[in-house]
Amino acid sequence: MLIGRVVGNVVATRKTLKLDAEKLLLVQPLELSGAAKGVPIIAIDRVNAGPKDRVLYTQDGRAAQQILGRGTAGVDAAILGVIDEIDFGPDGPPKQA
Amino acid sequence: MQLGVVCGTLVASRKDERLEGIGLLVIQPIKADGTPMGKALIATDSIGVGPGERIFWVKSKEAANPFPSADVPTDATIIGVVDLVNVEA
Repeated sequence: MLIGRVVGNVVATRKTLKLDAEKLLLVQPLELSGAAKGVPIIAIDRVNAGPKDRVLYTQDGRAAQQILGRGTAGVDAAILGVIDEIDFGPDGPPKQA
Repeated sequence: MQLGVVCGTLVASRKDERLEGIGLLVIQPIKADGTPMGKALIATDSIGVGPGERIFWVKSKEAANPFPSADVPTDATIIGVVDLVNVEA
């Protein structure tokens, strides 16, 4: 799993049936140190994350479909939780975060 | 499966209900000699490990299999603590 920050949402009235009523959020991937990395992705959200929330998400298709719970569906990213805290101990974030 | 070292813990009180009660840890993949390899990531914990421990982990869809319920939404899971790695010279 990876961490990211919610930077927006996507509204799409016409979409594939299995995404019906799903909330789509724009997530900016973050390095573990907190720096932004790459371009924002679109992820489904079932945990009711909000703008600026730091979230735990997956970009594994199978895990994302597990969140949806509708068998195979055309999704490859899903938010799994809202992060309260990450504790790296005295050494700080890993160098290659 | 890959080697890694636990380098942090993550707390998320609001999360998918199928992740309730499962530990979330920051792991850094390592080579057999212990040097970091690739980017750190968050993994679910199926055995109960702590920071600093050398572990091995599984990624992709097989990551859900170690849990009693197979529908845990995870893409990386710690499945063992490494006591020793022998590399033939």
